[in-house]
Amino acid sequence: MKEYEDRWGIPGTYVFDLELSRLGYPINKMCNSLKSEDNREAFKADEEAYMERYGLSEEQKQAVRDRDWLRLTQLGGNLFFFLKLAATVGCGLYAIGAQMRGETYEEFMSTRNVPGAV
Amino acid sequence: MAKIVAGIGSSHVPSIGRAYDQKKQQDPAWKPLFDGYEPVKRWLAEEVKADVVILVYNDHGTEFFLDRYPTFALGIADHYEVADEGYGRRPLPDFPGDADFSAHLANHLIGNEFDLTMCQEMPLDHGFLTAMPLLWSHDDDQWPIKVVPLLVNVIQHPLPTGQRCYKLGKAIREAVEAYPEDLRVVVVGTGGLSHQLNGERFGHINEEWDREWLERIQTEPNALANLSHKEVMMEAGAEGGEVIMWFVMRGAMFEKVEEVHKFYYAPMTTGIALLALKNAS
Repeated sequence: MKEYEDRWGIPGTYVFDLELSRLGYPINKMCNSLKSEDNREAFKADEEAYMERYGLSEEQKQAVRDRDWLRLTQLGGNLFFFLKLAATVGCGLYAIGAQMRGETYEEFMSTRNVPGAV
Repeated sequence: MAKIVAGIGSSHVPSIGRAYDQKKQQDPAWKPLFDGYEPVKRWLAEEVKADVVILVYNDHGTEFFLDRYPTFALGIADHYEVADEGYGRRPLPDFPGDADFSAHLANHLIGNEFDLTMCQEMPLDHGFLTAMPLLWSHDDDQWPIKVVPLLVNVIQHPLPTGQRCYKLGKAIREAVEAYPEDLRVVVVGTGGLSHQLNGERFGHINEEWDREWLERIQTEPNALANLSHKEVMMEAGAEGGEVIMWFVMRGAMFEKVEEVHKFYYAPMTTGIALLALKNAS
């Protein structure tokens, strides 16, 4: 992903541009479908079949299996869409953030000015 | 003749909505935020007394999907629903629109080469909702003001330029002033200030940049609007790039403005800001 970062030149950042959007379209389309309760149930019942239906690449599927939000971002997942996946599997925004920073939840929260404002 | 009577910049953060719904106004972590909005809420109710608010926001994967993503989209309805972002609908009343005024704006703006997507249905997520109850009191089923939602693509690059947003704001002022009814109009630009929810730099905040922004948006908006997206995102974070929506508000105001109130608080992952402006007399 070094090559990608260099393209925009912003450290630790994967700007959601058309290249990333096209790469991540299957992820984001799948995540968008999780707005409905029925689809969330279907995903939970059989993740593999659900991912297959939306045509995720093997790398993308593995990132979903691993709940690896940084990898998912690098593979074109957009946070606003994959938050629906995160909610489906019981993971919150700040846990995602801590993981992307390579920190524990507690470590991340200790970097905040007012951690009570959640 | 209609006129613009206030310009407001305000962050939109989902946790503010949760805190509001859970009545955390006195919670020590949230009290500064709610207290910070109170003077503006009072000013709007007691002095500004607007009839309609044009609120510039972005959707967060709630109602607009990437299959066909508009750069600018304008609500042209008489009624807007509160969207369900996947955690259940917030307990806020739906919003009354002003379809005649919206149609006038659409005609004027498109006639002046701002080619907006027009929306008969536009359920509104936290991009729109966050600021509303902090700025206007509502009861269980009613708001004291009509709304015109204006969506900007700040999700998928290429985003419109800061200058394009600033010019759209100027065209909105012309459109408002060409409306024959005596409407009092507030323009609210939402988003920002610094924050990043992406990559290893998740949680990036730049308080110094934010405070400078709150000054320069008043005195030299044109220079700010010339910054590239990359320049803004380097300083304000990837999602901080959404501050371009403030330019729509700023362009709708006079070149010279007076600050009515300003507030800044950065408790968690966003530099939360409020700026209330009126046109210089």
